[in-house]
This record gives sequence, C-alpha cells and structure tokens, in this order.
Amino acid sequence: MPQLLEVSGVSVSFDGFKAINNLSFSIGEAELRAVIGPNGAGKTTFMDIITGKTRPDSGTITWGEPPRSLRGLSESRIAQEGVGRKFQRPTVFEDQSVADNLLMALKKDRGPLAVLMFRPSQADRDRVAELAEEIGLTATLGRKAGELSHGQKQWLEIGMLLAQEPRLLLVDEPAAGMTPAEREHTTDLLKEAAKTRAVVVVEHDMEFVRRLECRVTVLHEGSVLAEGSIDHVTKDEQVIEVYLGR
Amino acid sequence: MADTAFAAPPRRPLVLRQPSILVFLACLALFTLAVTLLADGSGTGAISTSFVKTLGKTLCLCLVALAMDLVWGYCGILSLGHMAFFGIGGYAVGMWLMYARTRLIVVESLANAPLPPTPEEISDGIATQIFGVVGASEFPPVWIFAHSLTLQLLAVVLVPGLLALVFGWLAFRSRVTGVYLSILTQAMTLALSLYLFQNDSGLRGNNGLSGLQNLPGLGEVPQSAISLWFFWASAFALGLGYVLCAWVVSGKFGSVIRGIRDDEARVRFLGYSVEAFKLFVFTLTAIIAGIAGALYYPQAGIINPAEIAPIASIYLAVWVAIGGRGRLYGAVIGAALVSLLSTWFTGGQAPDLVLGPVRIQWVDWWTILLGLSFVGVTLFAPKGIGGLVDLVTERRSPSRHGADLGPDHGSLREREAQE
Ligand SMILES: Nc1ncnc2c1ncn2[C@@H]1O[C@H](COP(=O)(O)OP(=O)(O)OP(=O)(O)O)[C@@H](O)[C@H]1O
Ligand SMILES: [Mg+2]
Repeated sequence: MPQLLEVSGVSVSFDGFKAINNLSFSIGEAELRAVIGPNGAGKTTFMDIITGKTRPDSGTITWGEPPRSLRGLSESRIAQEGVGRKFQRPTVFEDQSVADNLLMALKKDRGPLAVLMFRPSQADRDRVAELAEEIGLTATLGRKAGELSHGQKQWLEIGMLLAQEPRLLLVDEPAAGMTPAEREHTTDLLKEAAKTRAVVVVEHDMEFVRRLECRVTVLHEGSVLAEGSIDHVTKDEQVIEVYLGR
Repeated sequence: MADTAFAAPPRRPLVLRQPSILVFLACLALFTLAVTLLADGSGTGAISTSFVKTLGKTLCLCLVALAMDLVWGYCGILSLGHMAFFGIGGYAVGMWLMYARTRLIVVESLANAPLPPTPEEISDGIATQIFGVVGASEFPPVWIFAHSLTLQLLAVVLVPGLLALVFGWLAFRSRVTGVYLSILTQAMTLALSLYLFQNDSGLRGNNGLSGLQNLPGLGEVPQSAISLWFFWASAFALGLGYVLCAWVVSGKFGSVIRGIRDDEARVRFLGYSVEAFKLFVFTLTAIIAGIAGALYYPQAGIINPAEIAPIASIYLAVWVAIGGRGRLYGAVIGAALVSLLSTWFTGGQAPDLVLGPVRIQWVDWWTILLGLSFVGVTLFAPKGIGGLVDLVTERRSPSRHGADLGPDHGSLREREAQE
C-alpha cells in the first residue's frame, strides 16, 4: 500500500532531554490510526514535528507522491500541503463568530490578496451550514466562539479541521471534556473522515480507542513500543508494564 | 432548519452591514460643513484660521490613528514607529514645497540681472537659499526629485511603504513579536530621527523644512483659504481611510488578522502565512501614515526631526488605547480628543489649578495627567472610550456571555432520535 506519510529515524531533544528518540511511523492514504502512550511519551511533540512547529534534530519526513520532504517547510506551507491539526486544548478564535471560524478554515487560496478580495459565495455558505450541522453547532453559528462550552469548542475545532479538507488529519485528544454521547459522535466522525483521508488520533482513553477499531501505535519515551490491533497491543508485555505497572 | 443571519440572502454593501461607517461619515461631513460655515475664510469667522489648521491637523492625526489601530488593535503588532512613516510623508511633500517656492524667489531675484540666468545659476541659487543654514550650497542626492510634485507625492507613498516592507520583512521573517518588535520599531524611529538631526543628512538637520504653509505660485491666496483647502483634503482623506480600513477588517482578511492578534500559531496551522499578512498590514498602514503626514505638515508649516522622535509614536499608541483599540471609531475619538486636549493644555489656555499650596500648571502637568489616564484606561477600561458605545448597544441586545448553553446536547438528542 502506498504510504501518505513516512517518518523515519526522527529524534528531537529539548535541552539534552530526548523527547523523541529515533521514531519511525507511517500511515497510508485512507487509514485511521490511534496513537496512545503515557503522559510525556512524546505524542504531542510527534505532532509538532510533522506540522513543522518543532524542527527535528535528525531523521526524514516524506509526504505524498512523488514523495517530498516536509522537513524545513513552514507551518503554513505544511498546512497548505494538506496536514490539518487539532490541538489538545481547544484553540478556536474566541473573539469571532462560529461561522467566521469555519469560513476562515474553508479550503481556499491562503494568500493575503486573495483573502482580502474573498467574499463567500452561496456554495461557501452552504458548506459552512453543512459543517455546522455535522458538528451540531447550527444554532450557534452567529455566536462568538468564546461563548461556547468546552465540548462545543472541541466540536468547532473538529469542524474547522474538516473544512480545511486535509489529506492527513492529526487529532490530539479530541474527546477530552466531552459527554459519552458526544464521544460516540466523535468516533463516528473520525471513522467517516478516515474513509477518504489519513487520520491520526492521540487518545488516552482505551475505550475510545477500542471503538475506533483501527491499528494502534504505542509510544513510550519518544519511540514506538508496539504497533498492531488494540487486542494485540494490550496483550503486549511491555505495554502492560508501561501502562499498568505503575 | 432554523438558521442564523448567516444564511441570509446575498451580502448587502459594506456600509449597510456596518452602520458605524455611515454614522462616522455623517459626523465627519457635518463637522466639515460646520467648520466651513464658521471659518474665517468662508463663513462667519467664528473660527480663526489658525484653529482651522489645528482642526485639519487633528483630522490627519485621526487618520494615522486609524492606521495604528489597524496594525495594533486588529493585527496585534504594537508598532512604536508609525509616526516615523508619518514624518517621512511630511518630509517628502515638504521638499517639493520648499524647493518650488524657493525656486520662484530665486528666479524673481535673478530676473533683473543683465543676462538671463542659466539653469545652473538658478539651481545654485536655490541650493544656497535652502542649505545655507547648514553650511552647504549643493543639492544632496535625496533632493533629486524635489523639482517634481508628482514624484514627491509618489515618494509620500513609496518611501514609507518600502521602508516598512523591508523592515517588516526582516522582523517578521525572524518571528520577532511582542515587546521585542515594539523595541525594534522604536530603534528604527530613533535611528531615523538621529540621522535627520545631522546637518549632512541632506534635510537641513535640526532646522527641518519650513515655510510649508506657503503654496508655491499661490502667494496671493490668503492663508484663510489655503487652510480650508487642506482641512477639506484632510477630512476627505480621513473619510476615505476610514472606509478603506473598515473594508479591510470586514471580511475574511479581518478574521485572519484578528486571529493573528489572538493566536498566531493557530492561524499558521490553518495554512495562512502569518508573516505575509503582518507584512501586508504593516506596509499598508505605513503608507496611510505617510499620506496623513503629507497632509499634516503643510498645515503645521514646519517639520523637523523632533517630530519623528520615538515619543511621538508612543503618544500615538496612547491615543488609540484611550480611544479603544480594535474599533476604528475608537482610534479616531482617542486621537481627536487627546490631541485637542493636549493642544489646549500645553497652549497655556487652561487655567491653573490651585490645590492648597500646590499650583498645578497644565503646561507641565498635562503629560502626567495623560500618563495617568493611560494607566487608568489600561487597568480599568481596556476597551477605552469606544467601550462606552457598547453600553448603549448592549442594552438593546443583551450579552449572553457566560450564560448556560446546551444546544449541543439538545441537537445531539435530536439527531439520535431521528436515527
Ligand atoms: N518545548 C519543549 N521544551 C522542553 N521540553 C518539552 C517541550 N515540549 C515537550 N517537552 C517534553 O517532552 C516530553 C514529551 O511531551 P509531549 O507533550 O509530547 O507528551 P504527550 O505524550 O503529549 O503527553 P500528554 O499525554 O500529557 O499530552 C515531556 O516530558 C515534555 O515535558
Ligand atoms: Mg500531549
């Protein structure tokens, strides 16, 4: 299967502390992958590296076909390449309306002049309405994002991510602060999204991961400890030790 | 499905979507009309020519405050260097004014000579007249275009624009932000003003350019009329600038730059090149500042390097903060109010305040009062004077901020019920 993203031998250290240590990872065009690991395992740092926020000390990151390197590209270039990211803490533009947040994320020309001249067409507004319905925020479209509840902000961020139409979606703990029903909806959404694109989900909650029904990568101290189905990794000796041994 | 205003039929023109624009333009038009009717040159004479000039200058300060609000209030770049661009605009137009007027004088004085003067003689005459004060009699290279009004007007736009482009490119590309960027802009301003203070800067050192209120070839026209022309031009520029800024911040561009102000990193991950947007806004506002300066200094009559001193740009930030940043009319209110009060207090017209043994003379105490108001606004009313408008509009549509919102649960249940 052709791989969309291949990370190999990547390391990064902060003041001598190796947060990511010779990590290798790859994901295909339409694949759902869960990444789990204890606190401080380097899951967020791993996403930082792919999205260009953190520059790796060594290793290669190749993307797409023909394969190109993502290393050294700016965050905005990588995002334009089709890598979308949802942060651990919901980050939406609180001072702006839900609709404006979504409009900003819609896949369009990102250059300053194009943005200056941009006026949303009926199609754009329909798309925003459609997304809003998908994330259950139709009634709050005109309200400021800062007035939303924590769970709704998570939703909005997921909606913004979908609006970007990325080829690779990186989601950091999407279900934090959600009710059980919302979690279920999130799983459905992620599974649906993974039919047409690659999705990497970082999550602590094993039940959530189990419902995703996908391959699982276990990170520990900055490298891959185990990889395989959820049943496979939960039976792994090392994983049990890391997760349950303390 | 009940939808919000968002899915409303096609967009109406900008001025209808933002009533504050119409209100502002109407106020500006009324003000201009009132001044015209009361001015010395065209009406009852209740307003003296010098006060018309003060009002015209105030309008220019409002225009540069708009630029400051765009770059700081909307885009979050606390530039403490925009008055440098303002000054450059003033110098650019001042050079032509001084050159052209001096030329007329020189030509006139040489007209009685037995032989008709050669171009070199005229040029030398002008140079001696202009640069005598700094002990030079040659035209420095920066004056190469001073003979042409068109080229100098182009310089009003191009020089601040290019300077901002280069400076901004260097600063934003290295991701200099926050306090460091502010310090960098102050350093740029200081360097520019120190350079201009030198006699060999080519711009007459600390003498600056003077006599700018006299328009070449219009010696017969009284200042009372000229002051009105500039007043009208300033009002027109302010109105145009207001509409332009309102347009820039209205659509997706406004969303993106406010996003940059609030969370720069997030905007990057959406795929927007934050540096390019900052550079665009920085350069655009530098150009607006340059134009404002070009209208201001002919009304002031004189420009010298002290006008570009770093403190001027800090005052500009103070005006915008007091007026209320992040809303265009706030910047205008702040600039107009504070600069007019400043003129009044420092002009010696304000009566002294006697507090027991202390006698407060406003000429000295005004700066302290201004500083205290700035601190007060920053601490207790971050929205500034413009925030008062919210008190009125919010009474009509109460803020639901912090209210219990649960539609997500509700809509989910609806969804589940359908399934
Ligand atoms: N910018 C940084 N400077 C120094 N250390 C850092 C930096 N970013 C991350 N770290 C360290 O790297 C390690 C991995 O952090 P990371 O945030 O990737 O963990 P995580 O797996 O996402 O944990 P969590 O489950 O708590 O979100 C941690 O020990 C963290 O303290
Ligand atoms: Mg994390």
